[in-house]
Amino acid sequence: MNVHGGLRLENHKSRPLERPLLVVPPPRVAILALDQGSGEAAEPVVVPGDHVRLGTPVAAARGAAAAVHAPVSGVVREIGLAATVGGAGQCIVIESDGRDDREQGAAAVDWRALQPAALLAGIEASGAAGLGGAAFPTAAKLALARSAGAELLLLNGAECEPWICCDDALMRERAADVLLGAQVMLAASGAARCVIAVENDKPEAIAALRSALAMVGDARLALVELPAVFPLGAEGPLVTAVTGREVPSDGLPPQVGVVCQNVGTAAAVARFVRDGLPLISRIVTVTGSGVCWPGNVEARIGTPVAALIEACGGRAAAPSTLIAGGSLTGRVLASDRVAVTKGLNCILAAAAGELPARAAEMPCIRCGDCARVCPARLLPQQLHVAARADDAAGLARFGLSACIECGCCDYVCPSAIPLTARFRDARERQQARAAEHRRALEARARYERHQSRLAKQAAAERRAFDEARQRARAAGRSETGP
Amino acid sequence: MTVTTLLPAVGMAAALAATLGGVLGWLATRLRADPGSLVEKIDALLPQTQCGQCRYPGCRPYAEAIARGEAEIDRCPPGGDATTRALAALLDRKPRPVDPRYGATKSRLVAVIDEDRCIGCALCLPACPVDAIVGAPRVMHTVIAVECTGCELCLPPCPVDCIALRPPDAGAHAERSAVVVP
Repeated sequence: MNVHGGLRLENHKSRPLERPLLVVPPPRVAILALDQGSGEAAEPVVVPGDHVRLGTPVAAARGAAAAVHAPVSGVVREIGLAATVGGAGQCIVIESDGRDDREQGAAAVDWRALQPAALLAGIEASGAAGLGGAAFPTAAKLALARSAGAELLLLNGAECEPWICCDDALMRERAADVLLGAQVMLAASGAARCVIAVENDKPEAIAALRSALAMVGDARLALVELPAVFPLGAEGPLVTAVTGREVPSDGLPPQVGVVCQNVGTAAAVARFVRDGLPLISRIVTVTGSGVCWPGNVEARIGTPVAALIEACGGRAAAPSTLIAGGSLTGRVLASDRVAVTKGLNCILAAAAGELPARAAEMPCIRCGDCARVCPARLLPQQLHVAARADDAAGLARFGLSACIECGCCDYVCPSAIPLTARFRDARERQQARAAEHRRALEARARYERHQSRLAKQAAAERRAFDEARQRARAAGRSETGP
Repeated sequence: MTVTTLLPAVGMAAALAATLGGVLGWLATRLRADPGSLVEKIDALLPQTQCGQCRYPGCRPYAEAIARGEAEIDRCPPGGDATTRALAALLDRKPRPVDPRYGATKSRLVAVIDEDRCIGCALCLPACPVDAIVGAPRVMHTVIAVECTGCELCLPPCPVDCIALRPPDAGAHAERSAVVVP
């Protein structure tokens, strides 16, 4: 097993996994962020006042954003800015009528009879997106794999963050769905075989998958056990660990013949072909000692986080910090009024003392611990120097673009330097500068057009004036002529 | 020693001088710094606000003046210290802060027309150097916010003072908190 760096962390998954999967009731008001976690917003196709049914498309796919569907039947109340998991963004607010009327014509898909192109179109229309957190459109990824001729479909069940266990719960309870999704994705992507990668600290999930595999009896599907090392669940390190091939830092897994999908995404695709239902719900881990009964819940997309916590017995008495995502790569949530998105895998209500307070930052002592744990084989200490100096050439030379923001370097740094946050800031600064430069180029082009138009207008006026003068002269001459 | 013994040495020196002179002359024409490309490089570093605060009628004329050596690199308030630093690096000069005589560096603003007060006089249309104002005579005008560079050149011609500069719409400004370590 080819694993570089990483951390072996104590995990906190046993408590939520003691309870079976819980279904959260559909929300009375669903808040659908147009950006479901991929960083790009989908295009709304409804207006306030429209009636929608369960599974009606409400926003169309655009770029890295998959289509979004109504998770309840009811009326579109408004489209506007609201707090989201990522901070704030445009949202479609749907008020439920409580009936859950389904979209007509939604039925099981006979995927074995479909051509790959039609199957891909179906998956695209179902709004399937990476449920591991990136929320990138599944169909786009599969289509890319098909055109690149990827031979291996890698299903990611590693789930290495110490608090998140939604994929574990899914594999325990719905292993057959995962395998059906794998078969559909094999057909859509043209890959020859599928490997399901699971960390070896999930024996129940592995057992469930093994028995499901025996039942399906498809020789193209195989299970691989990985050591429980953070961040093996990240795409690049996972591909390297399973195949030994390294994904170029500026490239994608299909370049080395692999397409990665999350096990949750596979189950969502399975649900689409089996029931004809688009992606309108997902499993979320609600954990931390800030909630009364930690557990894994299945919630409709658009359900407020507060309702998930309510379903888990509410907030415990002690104050706690809400974090979306895991403890290493997650972000602090300002409130529990934000809604579940396709990319939200975990709500961690961390009580004081559960996550040790960050020590005061001290200067880098060049111990090199960060370089030893970096799964991308970077030199975080050098990147840190370049990031502080805002040195674009240095950041490029030490490979900022290859950083996967896993947080391993932060974790081991004896000087408590918030390295990942610094790298994220540096990246955002670079992107902002690039955007500024693009805008300047556009402004210049418009300025040049403006100038040339003014020059043309002035020349035309001059010509008209000259002609008028000549006419006047000619007229004057003929009047006073001999 | 006669003159004849000196002749070969003198001839040699003359030949050497002629050859080297020729080579240098040819190199001078061949490797001359292209003033056009220097202007391009300087222009690329300017923020393209086209505000004229540098006392030149736009970013490109200012770039040409810098390339000619007429103007200092500290005349661009919208670009701020980042631009003067970049210019100093390009031209191998000492970085210097923006000269406050040419204006203060502000954060990016965009013009907004108060549509209730606009009388549709169309005077601001030709004033906008980047064609970011849409309108026609006796029709209400509006500013295309994403195309506005915040140059303020539309303010003086407006007879009813209905244009104001405001910070651009924050839109989706994600509040990013630091990562928490377990």
